[in-house]
Amino acid sequence: MAKKMKLSDITSMFAGMDVEALEGVTIEGDIEIDLGGLGGGFDPMLAAALGQESAILAQHFARLAGMFGYPVGIGAPAAAPAVSPALAAPKLKDLIPAKFDVANIAEWTTQIQEVPIGNTSADGGSRGKRVVVGGEKALPFFPDAPMPNRNQVTIDVFDMRIGLAKAVKENYDEVMDSPGEWAKKNVEKFNADMITIHLISTDPLIKDTPAKEAAKTVEEVLQAVDVPIAIGGSGNPQKDPEVLARAAEVAEGERCLLASASLNLDYAAIAEAAIKYDHDVLSWTQLDMNAQKELNRKLMKQCNVPRDRIIMDPTTAALGYGLDYAYTNMERIRLAALMGDDELTFPMSSGTTNAWGARESWMVSSPLKEDSDWGPREYRGPIWEIVTGLSLAIAGNDLFMMMHPTSVAVLKQITQTLFGMIDTEQVDIAKWIGAEV
Amino acid sequence: MKINSPLEAYKYLPQTNCGECGEATCMAFASKLIDRSGKTSDCPPLVKEKKFAKKLAELDRLLAPEIRQVTIGAGEKAVNIGGDDVLYRHKLTFFNKTKMFFDVADNMEEAALVARVKQIAGYKKFYVGRNLLLDGVAIRAVSNDPVKFAAAVKKVAEVGIPMIFCSFNPAVLKAGLEAAKDKNPLLYAANKDNWKEIGELALEYKVPVVVSAFNDLDALKTLAKTFAEAGIKDIVLDPGTYPTGKGLKDTFTNFLKIRRAGIMGDTEIAYPIMALPFTAWMAGIADPVSASYWETVMASVFTIRYGDIMILHSMEPYATMPEVHLAETIYTDPRSPVAVDSKMYKVGNPTADSPVLFTTNFALTYYTVESDLSSNGIDCWLLAVNTDGIGVEAAVAGGQLTADKVKDAFDKAGFDLKTAVNHNTVITPGLAARLQGDLEDKLGASVKVGPMDSGRLPGWMEKNWPPKK
Repeated sequence: MAKKMKLSDITSMFAGMDVEALEGVTIEGDIEIDLGGLGGGFDPMLAAALGQESAILAQHFARLAGMFGYPVGIGAPAAAPAVSPALAAPKLKDLIPAKFDVANIAEWTTQIQEVPIGNTSADGGSRGKRVVVGGEKALPFFPDAPMPNRNQVTIDVFDMRIGLAKAVKENYDEVMDSPGEWAKKNVEKFNADMITIHLISTDPLIKDTPAKEAAKTVEEVLQAVDVPIAIGGSGNPQKDPEVLARAAEVAEGERCLLASASLNLDYAAIAEAAIKYDHDVLSWTQLDMNAQKELNRKLMKQCNVPRDRIIMDPTTAALGYGLDYAYTNMERIRLAALMGDDELTFPMSSGTTNAWGARESWMVSSPLKEDSDWGPREYRGPIWEIVTGLSLAIAGNDLFMMMHPTSVAVLKQITQTLFGMIDTEQVDIAKWIGAEV
Repeated sequence: MKINSPLEAYKYLPQTNCGECGEATCMAFASKLIDRSGKTSDCPPLVKEKKFAKKLAELDRLLAPEIRQVTIGAGEKAVNIGGDDVLYRHKLTFFNKTKMFFDVADNMEEAALVARVKQIAGYKKFYVGRNLLLDGVAIRAVSNDPVKFAAAVKKVAEVGIPMIFCSFNPAVLKAGLEAAKDKNPLLYAANKDNWKEIGELALEYKVPVVVSAFNDLDALKTLAKTFAEAGIKDIVLDPGTYPTGKGLKDTFTNFLKIRRAGIMGDTEIAYPIMALPFTAWMAGIADPVSASYWETVMASVFTIRYGDIMILHSMEPYATMPEVHLAETIYTDPRSPVAVDSKMYKVGNPTADSPVLFTTNFALTYYTVESDLSSNGIDCWLLAVNTDGIGVEAAVAGGQLTADKVKDAFDKAGFDLKTAVNHNTVITPGLAARLQGDLEDKLGASVKVGPMDSGRLPGWMEKNWPPKK
């Protein structure tokens, strides 16, 4: 265990970025992000546009009214009785002892399904390790029950060079033409628990790479690294089932995570490939708990996918772009699951990379003159991804699909701290008032 | 709140349907009490007539939020913290967004201190039609000298923003209170050593006070209970915020336990909680960017899990911007979409040659589109159609966005496509493509289908604008 927090590891990265930061500020209109390129159904603006769906549903459950009329001072007398200073004697003589106690939440009766990803040689695969997500009996990091499995981070790899925010791209520029090298760098240098290979070039509107050829990329990645992998399509509902089925076939026995089954494509074909070739399925819906239940039900009942092969992606809308809906959607899903809704008792995954769609994460400066200074975007982007992911970690998310190395490092640091894995010297916080900063 | 149905609140009302509150019936008024859009003082008979006094008192008790609401500061910038009734925002909503106070030290050079306080007070970040702001200044008595502290307080008080006085020394805090009469600062803090003196100060100056016991909830509750019995109502809890390792995990657990106990009815600890992400700067993180990041991470954790007020240090934009956005995110009412006025907006300086677009009045949609256009320097006319605050795709599906509604919106805005512009063309959102034919009929204009995502409007404009004859 580390004696001190290992943020020093990323300091060097920042040092490198210092120089870049100046460059970034001076280059005008340097917009290098392509939302469509993220593929796999992770379209942040679409997600944000759909975000209000859950809010509309919620509307039906509550009488609406402006919330600004909060009754100030309710419960207190309108005017405090005046105390004559002459009569005021010291009121504080002795401490009145009190014991603090609070019960655990009794309604949390159901455990979230544990889902393994990756087969080691013992499981009939070639992965060097297996990760397990899920298994919680309480909200994440709550004291009611131990959380058996920590959060896991899978770092994205794409099967072609794509447009990325500058702060992200500079970490990958030299490996972007080789998915294998890219995957290796993610594991060896950036400490990825898993790799996600996005086969976006298969999109008929991009390169229309045949499924057979895309499958070779999957093989390349499987050989380059021995961590478990997730396989993402292009997000094209016509092409994805074929692409994922073919990829599943070449990855037979490796227990990959196929991303994604959704209601708008042939989810049965993806489910079938998962069962036949020994993989897990990512069940993806857009910020709608009832749609999530429907898809999970179909995967289980129609397609006979075993419970320990389903992970949900209820959609990540970025901070400032619908995270309020994404957060509450996940929290409601997790709470319903803990209280026994067996159509929702699955671990969750987040396309945290969506945070890079938020303009605060990549834009050179604020488009609005009235805003306080936004500062260098090289520092804004990673923290935007961290806060987006961290919020969802607290809401119940288990697996994070991420991109920026700093974001990965810090998200791991905080989630593993809250998980209880990290020990440090205790800081004497009583001295905070006089601290030299 | 001890009750949650209008029927229960109705029992305590006059039940005369007199209408003096502005509602048609007492039952309607009861609903407003339950969802906190109305307060008992809005019912004149209840307040004025002696025979209702007992019912009023009882109703106020039943309606009081589980977590006490505490006010810090005075005047229009005063802030409220606490006041919550639920553990999860979807159950009701979280009230009183987490308040962010940034530190100054009383040994700072005066010019630097004033500059920093002004920076804090002047911070703003535009978001869905308003500005996200910072809330106040925490003055740390680094000098431990009453005279120096009072001088710093005077300087900060001039800016007129809420203050927290930070010292464990009663003499220092007293000097601060004397220097800032009627500013209602929050005193930090009473602990096991100084609680008598600090408690007396809180009583004498009638100011809110923090009780502090690091990682010891029995001691924290003991202090809170002792103060409450002595007549101090405005209490804030500091269970200690450890910046790293098992200490931080313990802190997280403490926050959860305190809030859970409070919501579940333990009134002796049902007070707002203070977090100190500031302690990130004590964790031995050498690089200031990394320390800022860690402070933001701590602030995020405690914005989500029950920190009502916090003291922070880094004013770097990459630290504050996500902090204010997250607080807004967690404290937005999850029950009602935010909407903008339905009308014709000018983006940039549009002329008769400029494109005409429409979108919905759902704030997230509208401001995203507006920002995509303005940030790319596209001068245009942008009509926000009233869809009851619902986004494009859902509104098309649900019938809130139709050709008739769009025509209606143009008419109400007094915008005649045939005279206001010289191209008689409207651009519809890609997600409303199916309205195209209907719109052409209703508007008598040419309708072009724009991209699915407004982020692609600039590229789309290059190819499609001006329209070919």
